[in-house]
Amino acid sequence: MAELDTSGGGKNKGGKVRSKKQSTRVDLTAMVDLAFLLITFFMLTTTLAKPQAMDMAMPDKDKTDQQELTVADNRTMTILLGDNNRLEWYMGLVDNPLTPPQVDNYGRNGIRKALIEHSKKVIAATGDPKKGLIVLIKPSDQSNYRNFVDILDEMKVSNISQYAIVEISDPDIALLKRDGLYK
Amino acid sequence: MPRAKVARKSTAIDMTAMCDVAFLLLTFFILTATARQPEALPVDTPASTVKFKLPDTDIATLTVGQKKVFFGVPGQPIRVRTLELMGEKYNLQFTDEEKLRFSLIESFGVPIGNLKQIIALKGDDRNKAGLQPGIPTDSVGERPSELHNWILSARYATKELNNVDMRISIKGDSNEEYPEIKKVTGILQDQNINKFSLITSLRPTEK
Repeated sequence: MAELDTSGGGKNKGGKVRSKKQSTRVDLTAMVDLAFLLITFFMLTTTLAKPQAMDMAMPDKDKTDQQELTVADNRTMTILLGDNNRLEWYMGLVDNPLTPPQVDNYGRNGIRKALIEHSKKVIAATGDPKKGLIVLIKPSDQSNYRNFVDILDEMKVSNISQYAIVEISDPDIALLKRDGLYK
Repeated sequence: MPRAKVARKSTAIDMTAMCDVAFLLLTFFILTATARQPEALPVDTPASTVKFKLPDTDIATLTVGQKKVFFGVPGQPIRVRTLELMGEKYNLQFTDEEKLRFSLIESFGVPIGNLKQIIALKGDDRNKAGLQPGIPTDSVGERPSELHNWILSARYATKELNNVDMRISIKGDSNEEYPEIKKVTGILQDQNINKFSLITSLRPTEK
């Protein structure tokens, strides 16, 4: 939509040659377009640039006071983070797992199904919504940071409030090795 | 009989006002946008579904990637005070000029011995890949690691100047191996910091 030159010119009637009067109006369309494009850019970048923060709490690393919390083994699920973005999980204890250890993936079609299913089962078994599933996360040395964040995210998604990050033990590493998740 | 003519109006609109408004908004957004600082250690943060924005002040950032740890504190007065406290611990004297230059560094990763060289460098040279080797995280005998002291000094400085507890956030690279992260969280736990934030980028909701 170009601004039309409406004022200038005029037919040359008669003999006098008049200098053409140029319109002072400028076509602003392109300028406005550009301005709005930049506005959109700055609006989007300013709101999206702020990073998200995931709060996490680690257990107290008290060297003197080693207090152990005993919980029923049918309420605990242990998740071992192995290499190549894979994990392995079982219910109960490592020597005597209540379910056979299973190799699984991260994400919606992987561990989340097991988490939701078992969390429902545990609440049904205890009959108390506060006594839900307790998840022990044991990252092995060959897992990476993304796996760690993914599994914490999975806890949030599946609404599991009781979870802890625990140092991996030798029997757990042996289990990972047996299933080829640890070199 | 003359035909009734519909008066034809020009389709052109006066865009001056629109243009004014557009540029006003543009100026506003440019001024409010925080300029992205060049990062000394670029990392690719993993995604999560958490939607909690990171606060701007009183939160130190530990950047972990490529087996290196970089440290950054926001706020220039806090940086200066942190540097002074570190100078006392390691018997180093920093001039006012060096303190001023240090207060402009967003994050750094050098052993304390090389800190003066990094301060003397220009901003662009400082952020060259591979120049800064990361802050040492290993404790030497009884003496705690340098990273431990940096965090401790920054916490003291924040408490002194702003009278709030400094928070810690960890910005890790997706492919960083877990032992490196464990080392950093171990140092934090030694100082009884059991709560910290992990910086993640936003994952599009999968539904």
